[in-house]
Amino acid sequence: MSEKILEAKNINKYFHDPVTVKVLTDINFSVNKGDFVAVTGKSGCGKSTLLYILSTMDTDYEGELLIDGETMRQKKEAQLARVRNEKIGFVFQFHYLLNEFNVLKNVMLPGLKLNKYPAKEVEHRAMEKLKMLGIEKLALKNAAQVSGGEKQRVAIARALINDPHIIMGDEPTGNLDKKNSEIVFDIFKQLAEEFQQTLLIVTHDQGFAEKTHRIIEMEDGRIIR
Amino acid sequence: MNLKLIISIAKSLLLARWKQTLVAAIGVTFSITMFITLLGFMTGLNDLLDGLILNRTPHIRLYNEIKPNKNQPVNLAAEYKNGYNFIQSVKSGNARQEIYNSESIMETLQKDSRIAGLSPKIISQIFFNNGTIDITGVVNGIDAVEESRLFHFNEYVTTGNAADISKVPNSIILGKGLAEKMLADIGDVVQLTTTKGERFPLKVVGYFQSGLQDFDKVQSFATIATVQKLMGKPASYITDIQVKLKDIQQAPAIAKEFAKIFETDAEDIQTANAQFETGSFIRTLISYAVGITLLVVAGFGIYNILNMMIYEKMDSIAILKATGFAGKDVKRIFLAIAISIGFFGGLAGLLFGFGLSAFIDQIPFNTAALPTIKTYPINYNPVFYLIGAVFSLITTYFAGWFPSRKASKADPVIIIRGK
Repeated sequence: MSEKILEAKNINKYFHDPVTVKVLTDINFSVNKGDFVAVTGKSGCGKSTLLYILSTMDTDYEGELLIDGETMRQKKEAQLARVRNEKIGFVFQFHYLLNEFNVLKNVMLPGLKLNKYPAKEVEHRAMEKLKMLGIEKLALKNAAQVSGGEKQRVAIARALINDPHIIMGDEPTGNLDKKNSEIVFDIFKQLAEEFQQTLLIVTHDQGFAEKTHRIIEMEDGRIIR
Repeated sequence: MNLKLIISIAKSLLLARWKQTLVAAIGVTFSITMFITLLGFMTGLNDLLDGLILNRTPHIRLYNEIKPNKNQPVNLAAEYKNGYNFIQSVKSGNARQEIYNSESIMETLQKDSRIAGLSPKIISQIFFNNGTIDITGVVNGIDAVEESRLFHFNEYVTTGNAADISKVPNSIILGKGLAEKMLADIGDVVQLTTTKGERFPLKVVGYFQSGLQDFDKVQSFATIATVQKLMGKPASYITDIQVKLKDIQQAPAIAKEFAKIFETDAEDIQTANAQFETGSFIRTLISYAVGITLLVVAGFGIYNILNMMIYEKMDSIAILKATGFAGKDVKRIFLAIAISIGFFGGLAGLLFGFGLSAFIDQIPFNTAALPTIKTYPINYNPVFYLIGAVFSLITTYFAGWFPSRKASKADPVIIIRGK
């Protein structure tokens, strides 16, 4: 029996502006430790909306969300931020590095925020993550100077810095060419298989989804598979 | 909380936009510079103008006013005690201007720890005889040494030396205006007639210039002994005791106390020169108002720049929030930016303000009315610098507060999805 990292119970979500529309209906599923899950579906089916609820950034929903066995319902904004910091790593479609910092500092930031290790240790760990992803040479470059594919790898390194329970990706390959997409996918696969890293990736790229271990397919705000 | 991290992020954001930051900081610098300079200059000027009168004015003056006696005989009579007595045509009595028992009063005062010093004085009306014309004047019998120490008498003696009146027997220092009227040079002998009709020759040893022309046209100074001789009074005859206190603010209270103990009239400096206080107060108020307006304007500059910065950095805010920074942390980052603009801008402002004040302090400023002043007066009161520093931090804090709150409330989902 493997341990449940993330569990969604009866999640419903409405958009109220301009008119109330139900975008998610009765979402029930769970992600176990070590799972490599892809959430797919057509544009507008609610998969990104679901991801933001699961990520704790969106708190306007009905139902129950458990991360690591803890309910997220009653938590305050600062506590949720702490959960994101400690337990969740993010990879977005548009890299989202902070251009004011160099690559290494970008990776270090969530680690420094967590404040679990001293700065030296965080730096050492960040270098390790960069090495693991083969981009240690970029460490001292400014975030704005690295290429798109490299940025995404830096973002993955940043997602890994606090050894999160789960990495969430919102179309992480959506903005990359085929070659870079493959590199990113291989990294995810390696993380899942070698390091038993739990991954939950939202994608509309069927090819990408096929290669994961488990697919959750959505349509019109429901899980159909 | 991890303050170091927040400050390091704030620093990076600041340096990434150093031109904007510089403009904002220059705004603060400029306003603090002007604030310091304005207050320093204005207060310097205030002190100078006040000094014209206040430095020379005793904090408390003990004297006997010529006035009708409060205790008219009818009030003392037993049979009229219960009635309300109306008395008409009351005249001032044969009041003596002399302070009774002046020696023991002075002895008591010398022992009082609240007092910085005292100097006795005789004021007497006289006429200066200049050919056929008699010029009304006032002769002040003073203790030149004490008068100089306490009331800066020597600073206003422009020709000759204040101490000369005690060295040269039967000598006098004339007001500049008075001397000009009589064409009296140093070394000349002027004739005086007292109110009792006695004539007296005195030798001119110096000129006195206070900066107040009307004052200089009538006043003259001699030693106490000379004036006593002039008036035919004994050595204990004193009409005024001038007291300088350690704390000028206590003057009204102490004046009341002395009036009671010594049974004389006692006038405190605040009552005697209320109009100067008012003038200084209003000038200071205006300087503060202008200085604070400058700071508030600089505050709006910071507000604008931070607002712009926050719009520019929305993506960064979203990513910080997504990776675990709470709204509170984001708010602190932007507040740190605002306050560091205030801190460094303010610090530079204090330095420039000091520099500009020092520069103005060197500009020559000569006026006949103010013989002791050679350059523009500046006051370097550290309180202004403290107020400047505190205000620069407070204004920038508030200027940063609203943009920071907006940043802290930014919803990362909306920003990330909006791409």
